[in-house]
Amino acid sequence: MAEIEVTLPSLGDDAGDHAEVSFWYVDPGDAVGEGDSLLQMLTDKATFDVPSPAAGTVTAHKCAEGDRVTVGDVICLLETSE
Amino acid sequence: MELQGDNLAVVRLGRMAYGPALDTQRRAVERVRRGREDGRHVEYLLLVEHDPPVITLGRSGKDEHLLATPERLAALGIEYYESSRGGDVTYHGPGQLVAYPVLDLNRHGRDVHRYLRDVEQTVLGLLGGLGLDGRRDERYTGVWVGNDKVCAIGVAITRWVSYHGLALNVSTDLDYFGLIVPCGIRERGVTSLARLLGRDVPLAETADALVGEFVRVFGFDGATELAPDDL
Repeated sequence: MAEIEVTLPSLGDDAGDHAEVSFWYVDPGDAVGEGDSLLQMLTDKATFDVPSPAAGTVTAHKCAEGDRVTVGDVICLLETSE
Repeated sequence: MELQGDNLAVVRLGRMAYGPALDTQRRAVERVRRGREDGRHVEYLLLVEHDPPVITLGRSGKDEHLLATPERLAALGIEYYESSRGGDVTYHGPGQLVAYPVLDLNRHGRDVHRYLRDVEQTVLGLLGGLGLDGRRDERYTGVWVGNDKVCAIGVAITRWVSYHGLALNVSTDLDYFGLIVPCGIRERGVTSLARLLGRDVPLAETADALVGEFVRVFGFDGATELAPDDL
């Protein structure tokens, strides 16, 4: 068990560094599997689901719906199950 | 079913309501994901003409861009959905070619904006083949001829698999766009291939041309037709 910081991954070189938080799929306390969608980001005319890097339990959101987030920013904390 | 080489699986859904087509997209997304895991690579292009007509609101959508009440839409026989795609409000209906590419973007650059530009490129190529001068707009994703939008684009990406897609007005009754502020843009209009060319344009022919453009732009070896029941 370890608490890790989950950061916004790159949406591609052409996609720039910023995206907006559309909504959270999971709330603090929810269990997730590796690859499960954590939240949906918006950029231009695309939505993009950010996958969980590991299995575990989401312990805190670090951004809210409507926030502008930069690639590399911490988006949530995850207590991993391994 | 096994695809030959690196072919795009083309599924022509014909006239179909929005809801069942969305279910079909979800099944396709699942197949692409599974194919990634078990090595049976497959990617889809779903082609559909939405009937009954439908107005959808994307994630950037604003309620005030819908100019009709739910009661008025119901009276006109128009469905209404809030959609998981990017973008604002749009209209789909008979005479419009809707294409839902369900692609493994791990194989196509893993870049959200490059994907949008590639989808635009397929429509620009199609327009070029008809002798029309389509263009991109720096501010507004989609494909334009002059100041009018001929193709709306709104996509979703989950685990680097794409869904949702594009809506190209072939012979759409453009009066329906009066019910919305298309894509939330007030100062521009909408148009169709039929209006631009001043003649009737068959949807099936346009669909064939679009398949060719997808094969070319996304670097497939070819296209394989797949029955809707196989998905």
